[in-house]
Amino acid sequence: MKQTFWGYRRPDGRVGTRNHVAIIPLDDLSNAAAEAVSKVIQGTMALPHPYGRLQFGADLELFFRTMINTGRNPNIAAAVVIGIEPNWTRKLADGIAETGKPVAWFAIERNGDLSTIEKASRKAKQFVHYASELRREEVDLSEIVVSVKCGESDTTSGLAANPTVGRVVERLLDAGATVLFGETSELTGGEDIVAARMKTPELQAQFLRVFNDYVGFIEREEADLLGSQPTQGNIIGGLTTIEEKAMGNIQKIGRARVDGVLEPAQPPPGKGLYFMDTSSAGAEAVTLFAAGGAVVHLFPTGQGNVVGNPVMPVIKLSANPITVSTMSEHIDVDVSGLLTLEKTLDGAADDLMDMLLRTANGRLTAAEVLGHREFVLTKLFRSA
Amino acid sequence: MQHKFLVHEPGDSVGVAVADIKAGEKVTGVFLNDHQARVEVVAQQDIPLGHKIALVPVARGERVIKYGVAIGVAERAIAPGEHVHVHNLKSARWGK
Repeated sequence: MKQTFWGYRRPDGRVGTRNHVAIIPLDDLSNAAAEAVSKVIQGTMALPHPYGRLQFGADLELFFRTMINTGRNPNIAAAVVIGIEPNWTRKLADGIAETGKPVAWFAIERNGDLSTIEKASRKAKQFVHYASELRREEVDLSEIVVSVKCGESDTTSGLAANPTVGRVVERLLDAGATVLFGETSELTGGEDIVAARMKTPELQAQFLRVFNDYVGFIEREEADLLGSQPTQGNIIGGLTTIEEKAMGNIQKIGRARVDGVLEPAQPPPGKGLYFMDTSSAGAEAVTLFAAGGAVVHLFPTGQGNVVGNPVMPVIKLSANPITVSTMSEHIDVDVSGLLTLEKTLDGAADDLMDMLLRTANGRLTAAEVLGHREFVLTKLFRSA
Repeated sequence: MQHKFLVHEPGDSVGVAVADIKAGEKVTGVFLNDHQARVEVVAQQDIPLGHKIALVPVARGERVIKYGVAIGVAERAIAPGEHVHVHNLKSARWGK
């Protein structure tokens, strides 16, 4: 049976599950104007963040890659960029405009906030009219890009919620779709298993280089990650060591093999399963996956992480019966029946696949309805 | 009898409580790969939902097995039915 969903085809050919008009500040100083536009013009969404000033080197490169690729995400129909000065503002807008979607930019210097807000609002209004007339079309499931990452995990994640995601990932890959996973630090203890899943020896070497770079970074910092990995929430939930957490984590890719290794915020060059070098912190990783072009995220949780993302819907599933009863408003798919053995793994995967397709078609997730829009940039080192 | 814990792989030294377990309770566990295969153990302490229960004796310094792989090293001897967590199991990778 051919599986399809209803998405928005963008001028660059990619397909989105949402139809946002984004107001994107280049830098911290432009958040106020961007948020003002989003209040004046209904149907727009600002993406405030704390960075964009005096960054340099690899950190500046990652900043621009994340911001430009976020704007390019097919869930965004059109974008207004606001920055303090024209040069970097134009650079961000030009990067997004390469996709062919409508983009406009405004600089605050020599205009002030008020005049900028007025001009940007008029343009944003045009973009909302444009976006509101776009229609979803039926597309093959192979056109979807899905990312996976868990949070506030506990032992129920490794027993049930993560294997459910793993089964869905296998089905998506069978359908020819694209899946992104990451969480470099949280593979510690399972890195050999992930390395063995790489399709070629070159990829294996590339993956281990990324992993070892991260371990080397921790060693150079002489950091003790034991205070943060596993997290205090993980420990309350019964997870004891990073190795145990990693084994639970890697259930999310099922038995699939990996087609490539990506830099943070880098879109995959083709279809298939890709590892992206990301933080294991929920909002940071999900933000990087959205920049990588993911249009729906699957987020299994044990103790109840409530993260969302402004650009893509984040679907929550949990197998912990305490979490699904005490935090029910955050959970889109309850897979606690896997612990009581009332549900099979394939049955749970059917439920998640159904929710994935409904969400891709437009159903709002718990995180979207509750207003969770955590847009968190990964910063490599302090600014100049 | 309804199972109270699940075991990832045959050969694992721990199971995971899927309901709160009371000290002294005789509890049944089921293996994920074969729901007919069962194991019984008497809990030595209260073990909350999600926490690990030892299925076999583990000597101090010996590896604790879950998912069929080592998830750390026993910091002291662990008896069957004991609660296994941060007080008696340590990472072999970090915090050495």
